[in-house]
Amino acid sequence: MLNCRVQTPTYARTELATELRLPTNGLDYTILAIYFVVVLGIGFAARRSVRTSLDFFLSGRSLPAWITGLAFVSANLAATEILGMAANSAQYGAYTVHWYWIGAIPAMVFLGLVMMPFYYGSKVRSVPEMLLLRFDRAAHLLSSILFALAAILIAGVNLYALAIVVEALLGWPQWVAIVVAGFFVLAYITLGGLSSAIYNEVLQFFVILAALIPLSVLGLRKAGGWGGLTDRLTARHGDDFVTAWGGTGIGSANPLGANWLTIVLGLGFVLSFGYWTTNFAEVQRALSAKNLSAARRTPLIAAYPKIFIVFLVMIPGLVAAALVPGIGTAGSDLQYNDAIPYLMQELLPNGVLGIAVTGLLAAFMAGMAANVSSFNTVFTTDIWAKYVVRGREDAYYVRFGRLITAVGVLASIGTAFLASSFSNIMSYLQTLFSFFNVPMFVVFIVGMFWRRASARSGFWGLLAGTVTAMVNYFVLYKRDIVAVPTDQGANFVSAIAGFVAGAVVMVIVSLFTAPKPERDLQGLVHGTTSPGMSEPPAAGDDAWYRSPALLGWGAVILAAACYLPFSI
Amino acid sequence: MSDYSEESVRREVTELEGRSATAARIFDLRRIIGGLFVLYGVIVTIAGITASDAEIDKAQGVNINLWTGIGMLLLGLFFLSWLKLRPTPPPLPEDGSPGEREHAEPGDG
Repeated sequence: MLNCRVQTPTYARTELATELRLPTNGLDYTILAIYFVVVLGIGFAARRSVRTSLDFFLSGRSLPAWITGLAFVSANLAATEILGMAANSAQYGAYTVHWYWIGAIPAMVFLGLVMMPFYYGSKVRSVPEMLLLRFDRAAHLLSSILFALAAILIAGVNLYALAIVVEALLGWPQWVAIVVAGFFVLAYITLGGLSSAIYNEVLQFFVILAALIPLSVLGLRKAGGWGGLTDRLTARHGDDFVTAWGGTGIGSANPLGANWLTIVLGLGFVLSFGYWTTNFAEVQRALSAKNLSAARRTPLIAAYPKIFIVFLVMIPGLVAAALVPGIGTAGSDLQYNDAIPYLMQELLPNGVLGIAVTGLLAAFMAGMAANVSSFNTVFTTDIWAKYVVRGREDAYYVRFGRLITAVGVLASIGTAFLASSFSNIMSYLQTLFSFFNVPMFVVFIVGMFWRRASARSGFWGLLAGTVTAMVNYFVLYKRDIVAVPTDQGANFVSAIAGFVAGAVVMVIVSLFTAPKPERDLQGLVHGTTSPGMSEPPAAGDDAWYRSPALLGWGAVILAAACYLPFSI
Repeated sequence: MSDYSEESVRREVTELEGRSATAARIFDLRRIIGGLFVLYGVIVTIAGITASDAEIDKAQGVNINLWTGIGMLLLGLFFLSWLKLRPTPPPLPEDGSPGEREHAEPGDG
C-alpha cells in the first residue's frame, strides 16, 4: 500500500488468474472512452492557465481546499493501494483498518496542524527545498536525487501493475496497456502541469467511489450481510480475523506478525508520519493550495474520506475470503490480489462494470501521474535549476519542466518493461526505497523542534537512518539473524530502527558541529515565525467549520471511535 | 548558504505568484465533474431501466445499474447546482480580490 511505504502483496504477486476476463461489452467501453476524452480535455483546458513555472509545478499556489484535499486522498488511492488493501484484508482480515485509522489519520492531522505552517509559510516549492533551507546542500541533493529515482520507479511499477490487470481483465496485450496509459499521462501533465494532474485526481476520486460502493454493497448482500460475513469468517479463520487488536499481544502469534507495540510505533508513528508528512507526491497537493488556511485544511479534509475508504477496500477483501475458501493458497486459482476483480466479474452487470473498469484504470493512471508530477518538480526546481543550469529566465524552466515530464514518462515506461522481465529485482528496489521516508521524517522532526540541530546533521541523519533501516531489513531479517514472523512485521521493526538511528546520529553530529545562525532559522523551527505564517485569514476562512484545530481533532476522535466496534 | 536563504526563496516565489495565471485562467472543476457524472448517470440509469432479469439476478436481485445511475446523476446535479449557486468569482489579479489571491504581502518586497 501507499506505494513505496509499506510492502503489500501488490507488487510481487500481481499476476491475476486468467479466468478473470470480464464480460465487458460496447456499453462498458463507451464509458471508458468518455473518461479518456475528458482526461485529455482537462489537459488541453488547463494549458492556458500555465504562464510561470509556479503555475506548472504548483498550480500557482491558487487552488481551493476542497480540490487539494480530495487530490491529497486520491494521490494515495492508486489502484495498487486499492487492490493491495483488498488483498491485505483477504489475507489478514480486519487488521487492515490499522493502515487507515492509526496509520494515516494521526499523521495527516499532524501535517495539517503542526507542519503545514512551516511548509507553506516558508514558500518552499518542494520537500527537498525545505531541507535546503533548514540544513545544507548535501542533505538537499541527497534527498532530491533519491526522491526523483523513487518517483520514477514507483511510476513504472504502477504502469506495470496496470498492464497486468488490464491484460487479465480486458485481454489487451501488456505493451498496449503500458503505451496507452503512458501516453495519456504524458499528454495531460505536459499540457497542464500540476493543475491537470490534480483535477484528474479529483475526478478519479469520484469515479472510484462510484465503482467501489456498488461492489461493496452487492458483496455484503451475497455474503449474507455484515453478520453473515463475520460468522463465516469467524468459523473459518477464528475470532481474531474480524477484530482489530485480537491476538496482537506481545509474544502472541497472529497472521500479521506484529504486536500492538510495533503496530503503534512502527506503522502508526514512524512509517505513517514518514509517508504522509514528507512524501512530496502528497505534500505537493497541499502546497498548491491558495492560502495558508487552505493548505492546512488540505490533509484535514482528506482525513475524513480516508477514515471511511477502508470499508470500501476491506469489505470486498473479506467477502472474497468468505466466498472463496482457499483464496491465496496453492489449492486455489485465485490470489489475494484477485479479490476485487473476482467480485467485479461475479456481481457487476454491464454499465456499472464499465464504471468499475474505468475507476480502476483511472486509479492506476492517477497513481502514476502523482509520481510523475512530483518528479518533474523536484528534478527541475531542486536539481536542474540549483545545480546544473542556474539563473535562466522563468520560461526556460517551464520548457524544461515539460521536457523532463516526457523524459520521466519514458523512463517509467522503460521501468515498466524492465519490471516485466526482472520482477524480483524491482520488488527488491521498491523495498529499498521504502526505507527512505523514515529518515526523512526524523530529519524533519528533529530539525523542526530542536534549533541546535546543525546544518551538517541533516545529511548524516538521512544517511544513517536509511542505512540502518536497510541493514535491519535486508541483513538481520532476511538472513534470519533476528526472528520476525512476516515481511510486514519486519517492515515495522526496520522503520523503528531507522528512526532511532537517524535521531541519534543527528544529535551526535550536531554536538560536534556549529549550530546554524539564529537568523537563518526564522520560519523553519518551531517557535519562530515568518511573514508567510502570519498572513491575515481570507474572507470566510474564520468560519468555525474551517477551523483547522476543529477539523483535525474531529478526524482523530472519529477514527478512534471507528476502532470501538472492532475492539470489543 | 547565502544564496539560498528563506528570504531568497520567498522573494522568488512571491514574484512568480504575482505573475501566475492559474487563479485567473483555470476553469472551474465543478463544471467538469457535474457534466461527466450527469452523462454517466444518464447512461447507467438507462442501462438499469432496460436491465434484463439475468443482469438483475447476477447483482443479487438488485437493479444495481438503476441505483448507481441515479446516485451518479444526483452527484452530477449537486456539482452543477453548487456551481450555479456559488459561481467562480471574477478574477481580479491586479488588486487581489478576496477569495481569489491572498498573497499581497505587506512586509515583503
